[in-house]
Amino acid sequence: MFIAWRELGYAKGRFALLGGVIALMTLMVVLLTGLTAGLGAASVSAVTALPPGDLVFQEPAAAQKTDFATSALPPATVTALGGDPIGVSTTRMTSGDTTDAVTVLGADPALYPATETGTAPGAGQAAVTAGLNASIGDSVTLSGHTYTVTAIVDDVTFNHLPVVYVTFTDWQALARTDTASAVLVDGTAPHVPGTVAADRDTAYAAVGGYSSEQGSLTLMRVLLLGVSVLIVGAFFTVWTMQRAGDLAVVRAIGGGRGYLLRDALGQALAVLLAGAAIGGGAAAGLGALASQAVPFVLDVATVAVPVAAMVGVGLLGAAVCVRRTTTVDPLTALGAAR
Amino acid sequence: MSLIMKDVRLTYPDGDRRLVALDDVSLTVEPGEIVAVTGPSGSGKSSLLAVAGALVTAESGTVAVAGTDVTGLGQKDRDRLRRDRVGFVFQQANLLAALTALDQLLLVAHVTGAPKAAARTRAMELLDYVGLAAKAHRRPGRLSGGERQRVAVARALMGEPALLLVDEPTSALDAERGHDVIALLRDATRERRTATVVVTHDLRHLDLLDRAMEMRDGTLTPS
Repeated sequence: MFIAWRELGYAKGRFALLGGVIALMTLMVVLLTGLTAGLGAASVSAVTALPPGDLVFQEPAAAQKTDFATSALPPATVTALGGDPIGVSTTRMTSGDTTDAVTVLGADPALYPATETGTAPGAGQAAVTAGLNASIGDSVTLSGHTYTVTAIVDDVTFNHLPVVYVTFTDWQALARTDTASAVLVDGTAPHVPGTVAADRDTAYAAVGGYSSEQGSLTLMRVLLLGVSVLIVGAFFTVWTMQRAGDLAVVRAIGGGRGYLLRDALGQALAVLLAGAAIGGGAAAGLGALASQAVPFVLDVATVAVPVAAMVGVGLLGAAVCVRRTTTVDPLTALGAAR
Repeated sequence: MSLIMKDVRLTYPDGDRRLVALDDVSLTVEPGEIVAVTGPSGSGKSSLLAVAGALVTAESGTVAVAGTDVTGLGQKDRDRLRRDRVGFVFQQANLLAALTALDQLLLVAHVTGAPKAAARTRAMELLDYVGLAAKAHRRPGRLSGGERQRVAVARALMGEPALLLVDEPTSALDAERGHDVIALLRDATRERRTATVVVTHDLRHLDLLDRAMEMRDGTLTPS
């Protein structure tokens, strides 16, 4: 990288501009990644918190897809599956003067998230997530039924709503149904006609809006990465053309094609690493602030992975363009030879 | 002999026919000898340098540089030959804009993989030799035309070449600076025992060189 470092110092403005663009693109990709993970968690963290196992749903009609909201497994099917039935519905919870939209999840207490305080609820009782405005001993009203809060559990959400846990029997009464939304089974459960089993990742798609939300945000990230490839590629195409004369001189004095290619790729990597590190660092700082107001996950996976992806795709774009360095004819250093 | 060219022929495509750039050219240059090749534009002077410096391969004839037969060498071997045995001084100096005068020389050492400390010492010695040690850390943009050409000479000498090929070194210089550069090339040739070929259409300084050849329509004859 003998030439590369010196060119970086010489053409500071141009490389700073490219580095700045890479930093901004990385900032956007990292913020979107954190937001995607945050919104995903807000959609399905209650499903993630369930014990290990597959979820069995009612088989959807041909034009429909599996959904917690539309799946209704009859009692005979639940019995045949032999797992833990789960009921899911959305309603309003009134606690004192406060009313919140909540997801009511009816299931055996063994399926609840870790309890922060209190004891597992029985009939007529409820466990609420920590984010809700209710304390142990409070009475809360769900769809006209009153329950006493006996436990505060870890803060999880379902379809962006806080969750209230009741027993499965209480949920059936509240939902005025004798069916279950899904059944949590282990790997030995028999296949029952009219049902479809889903592993955890597939089950996430059964939460309303999850797939659309994740798909839209992922598409935005992919497009940003694609634009980054084009920007980096365009810059290094022009840059390589501008210094074709210098490259011809280096070839003429005996610099091999590999020497020039390594130097050029090293230069691109240095700019990408610097830009992505600045962008990633700024995004981590903004993400830490954003996570106090919006669903945002800030961890190694949501920062390091998109930063690495940005460097990787940028290097790919640069590689395609700086490949031209290997085709420079050293004869052109002589100028008038042809 | 540092350069032996014998019956060298080179043609280039020119529409439907082939243009003869070198027509059975023969030239021998010994160590410590500096030879001028003069002639009008398009006569084949630069083609002669290109073949002698292993930038292109002759269609027929033989070319030997410092005892190595260039004919039939592959791309990588020709790169190696240029790196180890040949020094180029280009028209307009052709210095890399981003590199200081010192770095122009260190680049040669980096390409050859020479040890850093020794390379730096040699580079400073060469810059001192061409009278530019005080401007070692200036980039080409802050050097005059004559200074740039002297840096180019120092760069060409950095790899201790057996053969020094010089392309129109005075084309952008006034008479005085042109004289200085040619004198520098002559002295370097004598002291460092290189075989030097200077292609030029500038006839003002031929008295400084050992002999002159004239290229016309691809044919080389003593002038």
